[in-house]
Amino acid sequence: MASDRQFSVQVEVLLRDGIADPQGATIERALPALGLDGVSGVRAGKSFRFEVTAADDDDALARATVVADRLLANPVIEESVVTVRPLGTAG
Amino acid sequence: MATRVGVVLFPGTNCEHDAVRALGRLGADAELVWHGSTSVGGYDALVLPGGFAHGDYLRPGAIARFSPVMGAVAEYAAGGGPVVGICNGFQVLTEAGLLPGALQKNRGLRFVCTTVRIRVERSDTALTDGVAVGTELSVPINHFEGNYTCDAATLDRLRDEGRVVLRYVGNPNGSVDDIAGVCNEGRNVVGLMPHPERASDPLLGSEDGSVLLEALLRTAATAAPAA
Repeated sequence: MASDRQFSVQVEVLLRDGIADPQGATIERALPALGLDGVSGVRAGKSFRFEVTAADDDDALARATVVADRLLANPVIEESVVTVRPLGTAG
Repeated sequence: MATRVGVVLFPGTNCEHDAVRALGRLGADAELVWHGSTSVGGYDALVLPGGFAHGDYLRPGAIARFSPVMGAVAEYAAGGGPVVGICNGFQVLTEAGLLPGALQKNRGLRFVCTTVRIRVERSDTALTDGVAVGTELSVPINHFEGNYTCDAATLDRLRDEGRVVLRYVGNPNGSVDDIAGVCNEGRNVVGLMPHPERASDPLLGSEDGSVLLEALLRTAATAAPAA
């Protein structure tokens, strides 16, 4: 459709609260070697970027959310945050 | 006629020949089924073996769930066909929604490769048919993401419905309630992190895994063929 637009999507996936994050905890334990104080609450996750073609912002968010919920994150142990940004008009 | 078992091979699976050999040693006619196949008809049981299906990219089992064969596996399971997922196969079955819960990273950050004791908790599943409750077996584990987890409501259901099939004696990875294996509501789909096929010959140090594989073959011999 000529009216479709391109959107840039970022999906951040993190382990849910209560799910052990040994990677984040290990990174946090390495911090003292930097000589810094006051850095805490490290959580390790994944970031994904892709583009979607959609009619509007809501449509783009809906499509990206399907990708996040059905593939990028396992809802049993992970949660995702989807951010959509318009890129311009496609085709 | 020998019991026919399909052993599903994804790119990155690496325990398929162990499974075929262990089942063959028990008299089964086991063969590999490529993940691109869209049919699993003609088998009396299916095994999803261990390894790193699709490189374990994203999460173990996350991509394998979309392999063409998985639609056929789901249909086979829905028809009552016995399906067992071992290690990575267990992870695939949870990602596919054929079993509840998920396998998260081991407590303590360690890849665990050792022989553990597991206790049989149920005698009425595809993998433990006729095996006495309380039977303890020595079977190897070999995993980084073997820490079974699920939400509290799911755990209550699993306990109430007797769907915890195997428990660790001495928890090696942090799994909730020491769970080493669970089954679906129909009790025909079972997933476990330990590798029974690696404890299937005296040369391997233990034959205890054969107890489970024999139970699977018993189930397979009596289960109605699933299309």
